[in-house]
Amino acid sequence: MEQIIDILLLLLVVAMAIAMARLTNLIAIAILGGVYSLVLASIYVLLDAVDVAFTEAAVGAGITLTLMLAAISLSARRERLRRRPVRNAIAVAACSVVAAGMIYASLEMPHFGDPDAPIHTHVAPRYIEASPEEIGVPNMVTSILASYRGYDTLGETTVIFTAGIAVLALLWRWRRDGR
Amino acid sequence: MTEALVFFMAHANTWAATALLCVGLWVIMVRGNLFKKVIGLNIFQTGVFLFYISMGYVRGGTAPIVVDDPDAVYSNPLPHVLILTAIVVSVATTSLALALIVRIRESYGTTEEDDVIAADEP
Amino acid sequence: MNEHLIVRVVTKMLVPFVLLFAIYVQMHGDFGPGGGFQAGVIFATGFIVYGLVFGIERLIKALPLRILLFGISGGLLLYAGVGIASLFAGGTYLDYGVLDSHDPVHGQHLGILLVELGVGITVASVMTAIFITFAERWHR
Repeated sequence: MEQIIDILLLLLVVAMAIAMARLTNLIAIAILGGVYSLVLASIYVLLDAVDVAFTEAAVGAGITLTLMLAAISLSARRERLRRRPVRNAIAVAACSVVAAGMIYASLEMPHFGDPDAPIHTHVAPRYIEASPEEIGVPNMVTSILASYRGYDTLGETTVIFTAGIAVLALLWRWRRDGR
Repeated sequence: MTEALVFFMAHANTWAATALLCVGLWVIMVRGNLFKKVIGLNIFQTGVFLFYISMGYVRGGTAPIVVDDPDAVYSNPLPHVLILTAIVVSVATTSLALALIVRIRESYGTTEEDDVIAADEP
Repeated sequence: MNEHLIVRVVTKMLVPFVLLFAIYVQMHGDFGPGGGFQAGVIFATGFIVYGLVFGIERLIKALPLRILLFGISGGLLLYAGVGIASLFAGGTYLDYGVLDSHDPVHGQHLGILLVELGVGITVASVMTAIFITFAERWHR
């Protein structure tokens, strides 16, 4: 039953991506992007990734949607569609190569949900076993994020900081007294 | 018949992620509007996220929050951590790209890539 | 009657609960899904909703840019400062175990709490600042 819902949601996500690629009304694309994030968050909940689903729903359907609508309302509302057969052919060829490569590689990968896949037998068991004793925090994602992989989170916070400063430097009209 | 179904179920997530990757890549390359390119980049990134999270799923497991059951099986928490970082980095990149597009619109008066390139020709 | 009366009244009642939920998610990141990033984004969403309904001028009057700048740098400084504090306490950089001299697990709890707080403050300030920048440009 779960697998049927999974397949349906995956089909919905791919259909929404294709719709976003073909529409020309930018506001409709932005709103469709918000719904797309929400359905993607549901897929993550089905895949037991609750922290990721929380972040994807809050960030995708909240912040990205608001910023896209704000930026689009400062510019044109429609996209101008132009036929470019040469570029279209090159892009279709490149995407076919990517798709063929990934499908060929996926045939050798372990099955979906296999507990003996190599990804589950190297580093992860050490984290899962040691986290309750060494750190004592029930949420293992938080313990890995903040303690075991704390450097990565420091880098990520620096990325957010840099993006904030860069947007302020680009768009904010500074007055003489520095406000 | 059931073999084909089992084979399809085993790889459906990876194929859906591949489809998202291809759609995102096509939109970035073909569409000329700068906003459309940013949306294509977002679709590409969500394809990568779906691929990683599908790899971290364990059948019969639960979310990686410790419960009192001694022989509980948890989903792999490591891809969740990496994708959490990646989602936040993607929103930072998108907001900076949108700020740049707003400035381009104010300087050139257009958000179509062809018009911006033509306006730059001497 | 003002045509946006229902929206304004409901928003005035709803924004405190959104901010409270953000603080809850921040503090409960150890026991359930949550943590710094989600809490920062939800906190920013509360302020964005207020700015959307009541006008960007009132939001800037409530949250001047100087406070947001303090938030943006202060959160990152808190995170890096926890690492420096562990250097002073005798361990390596970002080693939370030495923050509490009696119990390493307690030190880990303290370190994770401070670090997530730093992340939450930075993310909330950055998201609100970016929204105010876009909206104020439109307002002119």
